Amino acid sequence: MNLGAHSPVFIVLLPLSASLLCLALSRLNKHLGAWVVQLSILGAFASSVASLREVLAEGGKSIHYWMGNWAPPIGIEFAIDPLNTSVLCMITFISLVVSFYSRPFLQNEDWLHYGGYYTLYGLLTVGLCGMTVTGDVFNMYVYLEIMSLSGYGLIALGGKKSMVAAFRYLLVGTIGASLYLIGIGYIYAMTGSLNMADIGQRIQPFVHTPLFAFAVACFLIAFGIKMALFPLHGWQPDSYTFSHPGAAGFISGCMSKVPAYAMLRYFFYVFGVHNSVMEALMNVLGIMGICGILIGSVMALAQYDFRRMLAYSSVAQLGYIAVGMALGNVHGFIGAVLHLINHAFMKCCLFLVVGGITYRYGEVNLYRLGGLNRKMPVSSIAVVLAVLSMVGIPPTCGFFSKWYLMLGAYEGGQNIYIAVLVISSLLNAVYYFRIIEQMFIQREASLPEIHEAETGLGLPVSMLVPIAVTGLAILFLGIYSSTLVTNIINIGLPEVLIK
Amino acid sequence: MTVIDARPFLAIGIAFLAALLVSVSNKYPNIRETWSAIGSVTMFGVIISMVGGVLDGVTYEYTLFQLTDNIGLTMRVDPAGMIFAALASMLWIPINFYSIGYMRNNHEGMQTGYFAAFALCIGATMGIAMASNLLTFFVFYEILTISSYPLVLHERDEEALLASRKYLAYTLVSGQLFLAGTVGVYCIAGTMDFTPGGFLRIDMAPAWVLQLLFVLMIMAGSVKAAVMPLHGWLPAAMVAPTPVSALLHAVAVVKTGAFAVLRVLGFVFGPKLLAELGIADFLAWAAAITILASSFIAIRQDNLKRRLAFSTIGQLSYIVLGGALLTPLAFKGAYLHLVAHAVMKITLFMCAGCIIVRTHLHDISEMDGIGHRMPITMGCFAIASLGIAGTPFIVGFISKWNLAMGAMQAGKPLFVAVWVASAILAMAYLMPVVRMAFFKPEPVKDPRKYGSISYCMLIPICFTAILALILGVDPELFPPDFYKLCEMASAGITAGWGGGWK
Repeated sequence: MNLGAHSPVFIVLLPLSASLLCLALSRLNKHLGAWVVQLSILGAFASSVASLREVLAEGGKSIHYWMGNWAPPIGIEFAIDPLNTSVLCMITFISLVVSFYSRPFLQNEDWLHYGGYYTLYGLLTVGLCGMTVTGDVFNMYVYLEIMSLSGYGLIALGGKKSMVAAFRYLLVGTIGASLYLIGIGYIYAMTGSLNMADIGQRIQPFVHTPLFAFAVACFLIAFGIKMALFPLHGWQPDSYTFSHPGAAGFISGCMSKVPAYAMLRYFFYVFGVHNSVMEALMNVLGIMGICGILIGSVMALAQYDFRRMLAYSSVAQLGYIAVGMALGNVHGFIGAVLHLINHAFMKCCLFLVVGGITYRYGEVNLYRLGGLNRKMPVSSIAVVLAVLSMVGIPPTCGFFSKWYLMLGAYEGGQNIYIAVLVISSLLNAVYYFRIIEQMFIQREASLPEIHEAETGLGLPVSMLVPIAVTGLAILFLGIYSSTLVTNIINIGLPEVLIK
Repeated sequence: MTVIDARPFLAIGIAFLAALLVSVSNKYPNIRETWSAIGSVTMFGVIISMVGGVLDGVTYEYTLFQLTDNIGLTMRVDPAGMIFAALASMLWIPINFYSIGYMRNNHEGMQTGYFAAFALCIGATMGIAMASNLLTFFVFYEILTISSYPLVLHERDEEALLASRKYLAYTLVSGQLFLAGTVGVYCIAGTMDFTPGGFLRIDMAPAWVLQLLFVLMIMAGSVKAAVMPLHGWLPAAMVAPTPVSALLHAVAVVKTGAFAVLRVLGFVFGPKLLAELGIADFLAWAAAITILASSFIAIRQDNLKRRLAFSTIGQLSYIVLGGALLTPLAFKGAYLHLVAHAVMKITLFMCAGCIIVRTHLHDISEMDGIGHRMPITMGCFAIASLGIAGTPFIVGFISKWNLAMGAMQAGKPLFVAVWVASAILAMAYLMPVVRMAFFKPEPVKDPRKYGSISYCMLIPICFTAILALILGVDPELFPPDFYKLCEMASAGITAGWGGGWK
């Protein structure tokens, strides 16, 4: 049997089976379940890389994997192309890195919590990967629910106020999921198919009908809620703030990106952007994006809780992705995809550092971080890199996504977007340099230590390495961004954009 | 002739490597300082090894990696870039030794971070000097902003904090405007490679678009070059230690701004297009007003460093004005003044630093008779002051002569009057310092205490003062043949378009 040919299914299958076994194994030995889950995520990462190589070897044509060899549109298929394999690599990589990071937070828990945490963690990975890899609209709904439910769990594990945050997210998230299901219903009614590629062809006669408009609007709101796009972001700041500090990096990094990817997939690959309904929708999306960028940045400016500030910053950054999509041209698309990947790493890195500070000192007030550069040097350097990237200083990766977005905006004649991007970078600079100032310049704050420094660098090794890795990833993604764009994203461009 | 050669990146790499080595040898000050000394000397060696080729018309080019699909992080050493690169790397050597002396004699803290950021700044400046396209330029422009930020913040007190915020606000805003302009230029022209004489043409876009792009990009350069009314950060940034002021205000940051203006004028838009658009005149007038206004403000400053800061603002606008006149001689004068002002102003700032270390005096009114005990320092100060005022046989004269001739060439003799007035004003704000130092007696009541300084500080001052004299007498005497380079740069820009008379 050729294992390589089955790599797409392993991406989902491995973490799924490991998560289901996790609790039972944890009963035997507290750490066993966690190790198995981590191993499975490593397997998923390897499979993602294998799939990526396979797709690139095929010259970027999408490869279809039929589940149980049932041909679509009857059977479920996984469709992999350069776009989603690169997103998959990102998800599994971050998931892998953060899974090590979580360990020190859990060392005092009993087997049930330890195993339970990793079960949820594994399932979250399954949901995210599944949503990305699937080529079937209903199948995506299933993974969306897996993702959401495990996400609620991980958020609720955060302690004190996290229950309320998780419950709130549950209510809003369920509305989103239901809207998505309604949208599927309409699409199915119109086309009689649930396969994405199939729908893409059959939907064309219907693209001017109100029914189509309604279905697409459902999708916009559904994914808008899940990716916390302004004004549908109400659940997000609380959830990010109070989620389990061990998983916050993963949740904030990937959970909003995958719905954004799904939106990208539907709008550009299935429905196509060149019809009147979609064009109207793109305008709405663009306005949502602009408002998100501006209001998210301003709200971030007003926060003193480090995590909450990052959460609002996410609202703004998701606005960038929305703007990229709304531009509807090649450079805008590239900018959106690039920012999707870049921002996942930046935000993950920042949340990992915040988690580290919480772990050592239990402090989240960003005005009490004075002298941190001495106490946690690696984390401070990682923060500097992430901050520069957020502001968009080359050669960190954040600059390059902004560059493509600006190019797209100029080509599309949408100069307002350029102005918004410039203003937003400056607002980012204001609220992010505040942190740098605090960390490097202010007098040392007297913070009670919760955990002793285990290493000279302030944190346990299993936390330091993830922080360093994501920090370096920001730099590498910047330097290799042209490789990423020319060799991967450009090859997988949707047909509607290639004239 | 273009030669593929990695030496430009080698020079940048040396500076960045020096920064890294400096930061890891935190615990051993002597080793740490050795790294930056070795770095400065080798970097100058690398740069100087390319001068001969550039003078023979060779262009060294190297692409390290692709920034985007068709724009590379590319260095190209043309005469204009060579001027700035040779200047900055040459002046890094004295300022580096001076820094060692200053920081130790003045017992400053955070020396490791200081020297590391210093090396980063110089590396970024090299990148700016030799960048071959707008995006590469922008990359290093932002790196310079970020790496000079900790230098402004060095004192870590309330005043430094405010100054650094102001600095960051000005420079980041200007950077973003530059980026927006770059995007526009790239979309219009489809390229962003610096080309002597500019690559934009009048038929590429409507005139108002070109004018808007011009304003965006020039504003970016003007902030760092402190053209009024965008100069607010510069006097505030004087809270930094004096060697930083010398670096920021003589070599790296402000010169980067002036250099950016010249790049945009000569290599993006080009004199021909600008003459057709007729927009460079506004820049010329802004620069002329800055020259006069800053000189008047400088006269009123009692703090020596602030007085020098306002003098810098005025002198930089010489360069901007030279560029904005768009004639061959004016461009040549602008590039020459880039060199001349750097050599003179670095001397002045280093002298001010010596005064601070020995006597802790900041205000000019207290400096009566200081020259009796510090004859060498104040002697060098006098030479540099005369140079700023444009006295013959000191480097400032050659550049001013060319600038004035350039104004005549453009048929705008009024600007010659501006330069003459400014020279008189420069005399008025710098010469009193010299007069007080030498010709007034020391205060008899509570006599001044003089601390000691090492030769580390004194020798660099003598070096740059002598350099100012040599370049003033025979600018073609030794390897970085600035005069020839400036001539080549200006000839490239204005090839086929001579302005008024030849």
